[in-house]
Amino acid sequence: MPRPGFVLDVDRSTPPTLFWHGDGFRLERLPAGRTRVIYPPEPLPAITDVDARIRNALEHPIDSDPLSALLFPGMKLTIAFDDVSLPLPKMRRPDLRQRIIEAVLDSAADAGVDDVALIAALALHRRMTEDELRHAVGDRVYDAFAPRGLLTQHDAEDPENLAYLGTTPHGEEIEINKRAAESDLLVYVNINLVAMDGGWKSTATGLASYRSLRHHHNPATMQASHSFMDQHRSELHKSNWRMGKVLRDAGVKIFQIETTLNNDTFPSPFEFLGKREWEWSARDRGLYVAASKSLAKVPTRTARKIFQSIEAPHQMTSIQCGEVEAVHKVTTENVYRQQLVEVQGQTDILTMGIPYICPYNVHSVMNPILVMCTGLGYFFNLYRGKPLVREGGVVIMTHPTPWEFNPVHHPSYIDFFEECLADTTDPHVLSQKYEERYANDEWYRHLYRTGYAYHGVHPFYMWYWGSHGMQHCGKVIVVGGEPRSVRRLGFTPASSMDDALEIASDAVGRDATITHFHTPPVMMADVR
Amino acid sequence: MARRPGEPFPLTAMRVTARAVSSAQKGSARVRTVIGRVGFPYRAPTVPRGVEVPPAPKRTGADFDTEWARRPLAQATRRALLAGPLQLAVKAIADPEVVGTDRLADLRAEADDTDDTCPCIFVANHHSHLDTPLMLAAIPPPWRHRMVVGAAADYFFGTRLTGAASALALNAFPIDRTSVNRRSAELAAELIRDGWSLVIFPEGGRSPDGWGQPFKGGAAFLAERTGAPIVPVHIDGTGAILGKGMKRPKRGRTKVTFGRPLRLEEGENIRRFGTRIEAAVEVLADEAISDYWSARRRAAQGATPSLTGPDYRGWRRAWALTEHRARGKAGQRRRQKRTWPKLS
Repeated sequence: MPRPGFVLDVDRSTPPTLFWHGDGFRLERLPAGRTRVIYPPEPLPAITDVDARIRNALEHPIDSDPLSALLFPGMKLTIAFDDVSLPLPKMRRPDLRQRIIEAVLDSAADAGVDDVALIAALALHRRMTEDELRHAVGDRVYDAFAPRGLLTQHDAEDPENLAYLGTTPHGEEIEINKRAAESDLLVYVNINLVAMDGGWKSTATGLASYRSLRHHHNPATMQASHSFMDQHRSELHKSNWRMGKVLRDAGVKIFQIETTLNNDTFPSPFEFLGKREWEWSARDRGLYVAASKSLAKVPTRTARKIFQSIEAPHQMTSIQCGEVEAVHKVTTENVYRQQLVEVQGQTDILTMGIPYICPYNVHSVMNPILVMCTGLGYFFNLYRGKPLVREGGVVIMTHPTPWEFNPVHHPSYIDFFEECLADTTDPHVLSQKYEERYANDEWYRHLYRTGYAYHGVHPFYMWYWGSHGMQHCGKVIVVGGEPRSVRRLGFTPASSMDDALEIASDAVGRDATITHFHTPPVMMADVR
Repeated sequence: MARRPGEPFPLTAMRVTARAVSSAQKGSARVRTVIGRVGFPYRAPTVPRGVEVPPAPKRTGADFDTEWARRPLAQATRRALLAGPLQLAVKAIADPEVVGTDRLADLRAEADDTDDTCPCIFVANHHSHLDTPLMLAAIPPPWRHRMVVGAAADYFFGTRLTGAASALALNAFPIDRTSVNRRSAELAAELIRDGWSLVIFPEGGRSPDGWGQPFKGGAAFLAERTGAPIVPVHIDGTGAILGKGMKRPKRGRTKVTFGRPLRLEEGENIRRFGTRIEAAVEVLADEAISDYWSARRRAAQGATPSLTGPDYRGWRRAWALTEHRARGKAGQRRRQKRTWPKLS
């Protein structure tokens, strides 16, 4: 029986705590008596007969007819699937998307459906490479569909392949992929790593254009979402649900497939990253020393390569299909079952180690903007109820934060960092002053459509993603970060954890309480 | 002084060799004489007249004992053979492309979960003697190291030497293909129950003309007896490398396609299950020369090409085979080095 999450009160006998530090780690001794560490629950048992469960779920959906009953000869079937940003790290082959898509295709073949197309739901993310697509959908599906042009990637800037479907009562326009909108059935294959994934967000965001996305990817929506992971208090969620209603009214028929994974994140030899420090065996300690020392010695490029090659032993814990909202309700419960950790009360200082990866730098560089987004956008928002840190509190992150970008994947990030952040870090001002120009820049558009670049507006969205955290916290300190880039983000650099706590005491006093959020593996704090 | 090339052997060396041979001959003759003089029990008994000696129990063919080949020492030897020489030889001769092992993910998870090897029966089409080593090289762990192979008793276990070599190198056990042999079936079932996975070629022998043959029911019978899942496998290309009747292998390319594991369904009889297994291998064969989606659609329409080829006989059948092979891996055969007659 896996153990649930755990909140440790640090005392003098507590061993140093592991912090992620980009492409490396650090062990920090946190002050005894006023510090607690939140550990994620252990991985839930996996489903072993995955293929049988997938097929069973397709035939026993929630609030919908079985998939086989929705398929008929001569119909137009579109299968959309999540892109490279899910799951993190990428899962071992066979990827769940492949297994589900093959099961759907088997049903389609049995029903005599000939017109089938597959679409990677990228939204404004970068296009996936052939290898990434093969990893996600498998060689069989790739070889059968890609050469005939039937496996495509959503292009949010292709006016000929977008369909405008209407407006919500709040004035939000809905424009999604034309093929998906005009199909007799759209099957959406999700991997729900966190509670925010899935639901109407799959179609209304994953297959949408900038015209549509700008209505909820903006500072006002983000700052009003407390948090993204709590659908009852998320403006982002509400906006997507309003759009979903328009999609349904417009006649877009969706068969939603959602899956949850356990948090078995790190394979051998990195298993110690998922363990509690006092339970590290001699082998774990040896591996930690070997890994941290050697990673510090090798060039950053090599360290990055080692980490990006990790394939997580994630396993499926549930699958549910059918009507979007009903399915998502069950999925959310299953995500919570794995990830929720009950925490009593807020803290003055929240510490977090920023790892090498976030949804937007798979096989790429974790640039300073993504460091901010991971810390204040993702980790800060992994709560239900109240934020872990009190209003006006301090967030301390550990990451080297190099002034480094991947020019192929993140071209507009470079200009955003150099031009926009040099001017202001206020998301509202950035939105009003710069967003439109970046969103409609022809060069960024060209790179997004033909290369492997994120959309021109994407760095803005990353910045907005952290706007609730920025608004909520009094100070953000980055330990071990490159001072130049940390200051550009509007944060305070510190050379060590002790220094950071000293700096934080100016804002929250000398006896401030500290909470360390020991993630990844991913978890969610249920703050009472 | 060293002998120069082309120089005759020195006389003394020749004399020494001749003397050694002669004394060895004399020695052996002396031993024979002594044994002959001593007689029984140091030599074979003579048979009284009018008495018929019962034939010695047969130790070859289906009665060949292979139990020793599954002991730890033999296993370790085989593991070393599989990891080194066999893999290299298969790669050099057949250059296999192995696809579809991801379809075994659930079985692997089950094996991890139960700390067992989760024995299964790999069922493949059969064109060549190369199929067995190819399968052993292609089957992924954990099954590869707990694998036994059903081999024709009359061919592989015809003599003690070939039997021992087959048992040691391939972990083969004899299967009588000429008659229904209870011993073969029981041994196979027992091995599966002991955690050994099995490779079976249910066509009962290599293809005589390059096309497949109808499957026999052994695999389905064993699955029913043991509850082990059947993994359909299609091998493409070995017929062109070392088909029946070929004396030497010709290097080429092969493709091994693993299918989704099959289990006997509730209320399904063995004959029906056998048909389903054959159909699964046929779909894999179609997939190997086209693509997954096309093969799947043809299967749903009942239009999957048969493994046994077209119904007509004679040259048209051979002609169709050429076309069929050209679409598969055999069509990508490495160019053979051409040797021209020497003119001088």
